[in-house]
Amino acid sequence: MKRLKLKRFFIGVALVLAVVLIQTTVLNLIAIANIRPNLIIILTASFGFMRGSKEGMFVGFGAGLLLDILFGNIIGFYALIYLVFGFLNGLFQQIYLDEDIKLPILLISVSSFVYGLFIYFFHFVLRGVFDFFHLLNAIILPELIYTIAATLGLYPFILFINRKLETEEKRRASKFG
Amino acid sequence: MKKRSSSGISNKYWLLFLSLICIALMVLSAFSEQATGVFRVLANVTVVPLQSGVNHIGTWLGDMNDNFETMEMLRTENQALQTEVNRLSAENNLLVQDKFELQRLQELFQLDQQYADYETIGARVVGISGNNWFNNFTINRGSLHGVRVDMNIIAGNGLVGIVTDVGPTWSTVRSIIDDVSNVSGMVLATSDRTIVRGDLTLINEGRMRFEQMENNENPVAVGDQIVTSYISNLFLQGLLIGYISEVNVDSNNLTRSGYIVPAVDFQNIQEVLVIMQTKADVVGMEAESIAEEMNETTDSGAGEN
Repeated sequence: MKRLKLKRFFIGVALVLAVVLIQTTVLNLIAIANIRPNLIIILTASFGFMRGSKEGMFVGFGAGLLLDILFGNIIGFYALIYLVFGFLNGLFQQIYLDEDIKLPILLISVSSFVYGLFIYFFHFVLRGVFDFFHLLNAIILPELIYTIAATLGLYPFILFINRKLETEEKRRASKFG
Repeated sequence: MKKRSSSGISNKYWLLFLSLICIALMVLSAFSEQATGVFRVLANVTVVPLQSGVNHIGTWLGDMNDNFETMEMLRTENQALQTEVNRLSAENNLLVQDKFELQRLQELFQLDQQYADYETIGARVVGISGNNWFNNFTINRGSLHGVRVDMNIIAGNGLVGIVTDVGPTWSTVRSIIDDVSNVSGMVLATSDRTIVRGDLTLINEGRMRFEQMENNENPVAVGDQIVTSYISNLFLQGLLIGYISEVNVDSNNLTRSGYIVPAVDFQNIQEVLVIMQTKADVVGMEAESIAEEMNETTDSGAGEN
């Protein structure tokens, strides 16, 4: 059981690292009109509603911290935002069924939209830029749509990994229990 | 049931604990540069080399993709047409070239001569900002290579941005099209000063705004060059920012504003040059030489390193 937990931990770390790397490097290649999907929010939210608040928080915290180190002026800002998203999505674990793709898409969309509002508030409103509808049209909504599109690609992959680990865990549990 | 409630409590503790860590980190990094040094070194050995590698693979894949997409014939045809276009546009340029333009070019040439002796080092762009709101990127040169905060970044002959953060082998650059960027510029021909501002909503159109240019007798036309001004305290003088694409007189009739097309193609920056002198260095050196000339014993304000 311990070995499986370790395995899960390392797979989680690898996923976070891979997604942050892709987000900050090659995602430019698929940018449409300078808009890139937000893979990190997909990963954080998915871990939240699949595995619960705690793992969602860890994933969000780790990915956010990496982003902070790489690009933030203030370390801890993105870590906190993604942490909260991981936690809140984890609250929906009770009603999550892994055959159903509607709930994940809804949760990820809402997360992405709220994330946009957060960034708008902290980096623009506090700086005195109030051009909300322009930014909504130029950034928040296109990013939301592109993120939903990316969800259709990335989410099944995360689901596949999660299922594989879960069946392994169940097999172990039945063997010993 | 009991188990669930206990795990709920521990989740809340985790949330509180990690949030506190985040807040502590924010406070620390807001107050002291040293506190974040640990993380920079950490990034230096973990993420940045990986970024660099992934980027190489990405460009390679992109090139492969191009190879498949573009047929040889189209390429040669394109090349032929391109040379034709080049020839025609050169011809066209020759035709429309007038006395003032000649004068401007000469001035630019002089500026080039003046600033050609800046020491620069080449750097590769290895990472882009993780979201759509900012236009920052990381380059693969850092303090070990002598890069310092506030150094200017150019690509080709246009201004790209300024170093905002330095790690051992990487630095973060804020580009001039970023929404928080303000550059003091001037029209090359008339030396009229203006503020060049990045605007998130104009990035897709490939434009930037300029504002607060005095509405005086000097004519300013579409196509005029805007360079960094002599009063900027962060950017070296005379670096090309871009070309005016639209100019209007503001409703107050005192100032002019409009749009600039940047000289650098910000969508596809791969290699940049870091100018190894900051404006503070240059100003410091000038102050020093003046101080020497005047035989003053104090050299305050000179050693701004």
